[in-house]
Amino acid sequence: MNWRAIQAIYIYEMTRTVRTIWQSVVSPVISTSLYFVVFGTAIGSRIDQVEGVAYGSFIVPGLIMLSVIMQSISNASFGIYFPKFIGTIYELLAAPINFLEIVIGYVGAAATKALIIGLIILATANLFVDIRIEHPVAMVAFLVLTCLSFSLMGFIIGIWAKNFEQLQLVPLLIVTPLVFLGGSFYSITMLPETWQKITLFNPVVYLVSGFRWSFFGMADVALGWSLLAIAGFTGLCLGIIWWIFRTGWRIKA
Amino acid sequence: MSTMLSIRDVRKVYDGGGEALKGVSLEIEEGEILALLGPNGAGKTTLISIICGIATLTSGKITVGGHDVIEDFRAARRMIGLVPQEMNLEPFEKVINTVALSRGLHGLPRNDSYLDEVLKKLSLWDKRDTPIRELSGGMKRRVLIAKALSHAPRVLFLDEPTAGVDVELRKDMWQIVRELKAQGVTIILTTHYIEEAEAIADRIGVISRGDILLVEETGSLMRRMGRKDLLIELHEPVATIPESLSKYDLRHGERDDVLIYSYDTQAARTGITQLLTDLSEAGLVLRDVQTRQSSLEEIFVGLVRDNNAEDAA
Ligand SMILES: Nc1ncnc2c1ncn2[C@@H]1O[C@H](COP(=O)(O)OP(=O)(O)OP(=O)(O)O)[C@@H](O)[C@H]1O
Ligand SMILES: [Mg+2]
Repeated sequence: MNWRAIQAIYIYEMTRTVRTIWQSVVSPVISTSLYFVVFGTAIGSRIDQVEGVAYGSFIVPGLIMLSVIMQSISNASFGIYFPKFIGTIYELLAAPINFLEIVIGYVGAAATKALIIGLIILATANLFVDIRIEHPVAMVAFLVLTCLSFSLMGFIIGIWAKNFEQLQLVPLLIVTPLVFLGGSFYSITMLPETWQKITLFNPVVYLVSGFRWSFFGMADVALGWSLLAIAGFTGLCLGIIWWIFRTGWRIKA
Repeated sequence: MSTMLSIRDVRKVYDGGGEALKGVSLEIEEGEILALLGPNGAGKTTLISIICGIATLTSGKITVGGHDVIEDFRAARRMIGLVPQEMNLEPFEKVINTVALSRGLHGLPRNDSYLDEVLKKLSLWDKRDTPIRELSGGMKRRVLIAKALSHAPRVLFLDEPTAGVDVELRKDMWQIVRELKAQGVTIILTTHYIEEAEAIADRIGVISRGDILLVEETGSLMRRMGRKDLLIELHEPVATIPESLSKYDLRHGERDDVLIYSYDTQAARTGITQLLTDLSEAGLVLRDVQTRQSSLEEIFVGLVRDNNAEDAA
């Protein structure tokens, strides 16, 4: 392993994050606050409680997941698309590093940034509502795994994309609906039975459910399924990335 | 001296179907400067990209310092520094950060005193904290060189380093190349300019349409260039050149009434006076006499033209 190379990529990427830190942090904080105003206040005044948890608190894990997933994808996809776009990728290809090292560097940096934003949102939410975390270690573990797996997915999108429109396409067309329909703002037990079944095909459901369990000790689906889903998704992304680098797909002529 | 770079029978077919390299073979000695000379689209960048790992190779084998560039890519690439043809730099990044990244990617610990030395040598020291977008084109070219030198490579590729560069920077660049050569670094550079190749290279390789047409020591190419042809036009055509003139190595021109005598302009005696005397003694009557220079440019253009004609046939 060329650890120095991984470190160099990571530091370089984090420096870029720091350079644009205000953009990166301000917008998720503002949008989270807006969600609280809209969902927490407007809807919360009607829904009162979900399975014994105040609605305002109930949506916190979902809100964090929403931002963290979006952030992971956009950080990682942009992180690797940008060198492709301006041509600096030549340097990665000509360096004595393999695919795993490139991925660890880029995905690590993207996931770190998403994680930081997730924690900032948690802190912001704490200003609006009461939050208790029953399983803090599991909470952090879920958060980290989500950041990592969706950063991996973002990395794939960044390599696949041939232009900026495509870069936005997958998050907009696939990820946003999945996240909104993934039980971020409601318990899937509130849905009619048919919809509950359909929803079970949405991988985000398992993430949100597991994450919410770490807060309130209650879940829509069994915890084991949540862990399995996230492990399977991570494995799938790693497999695709391994294939990309082996064949040079969309990176080597 | 040992072989530093060995390229054997390398072919490259791009996905679009174009055959950019048609079985290129080349050996480069350690510490040598080789200039690859060739027109646009000849395959110079393609060859360099394959060696460095930026493009895949269709078939063939390449080793750098004895390390296969595919099987043993880490060892091979650690030895290589690359200055690409295109100005690929991140505009918002500071000079020092991008140079430090290059060093780190090669697995070396950050060493600011070494990097500072590199930046000073390239007159970039005062720009180390400047974002790249604020630099002029020539300075960006220097940044690319600094990145390539950041890990003290043993083999340096310079892909058209002097394109769009003023005389001053060109001189600086050659100075740096000479210093690196003195340290034993092997250097491969590409160019469209023959004078440039002459000025700096130990050997010159001519490449056209994916084929290496010639690799020759610059000195001997220069000597070829230093030769002149004396064209002797006669009143009457001669089928066979008289025996008495055999020591002059005369040959026929395009027509039978033209004889050509090649001589070295640098030699103490060109032999022209004696030849003219001998000609009239052999009974040949001159109509006209002229000389022409065979320049490297001519050799080069001739080679490329022949190659293109062959391809067309
Ligand atoms: N990525 C690519 N995909 C398809 N064809 C390519 C690609 N890159 C280069 N080629 C083709 O390969 C051939 C050789 O190109 P190359 O860039 O190696 O030439 P070159 O000698 O460096 O030319 P120049 O002096 O203009 O830089 C050209 O016909 C070019 O069109
Ligand atoms: Mg080129």
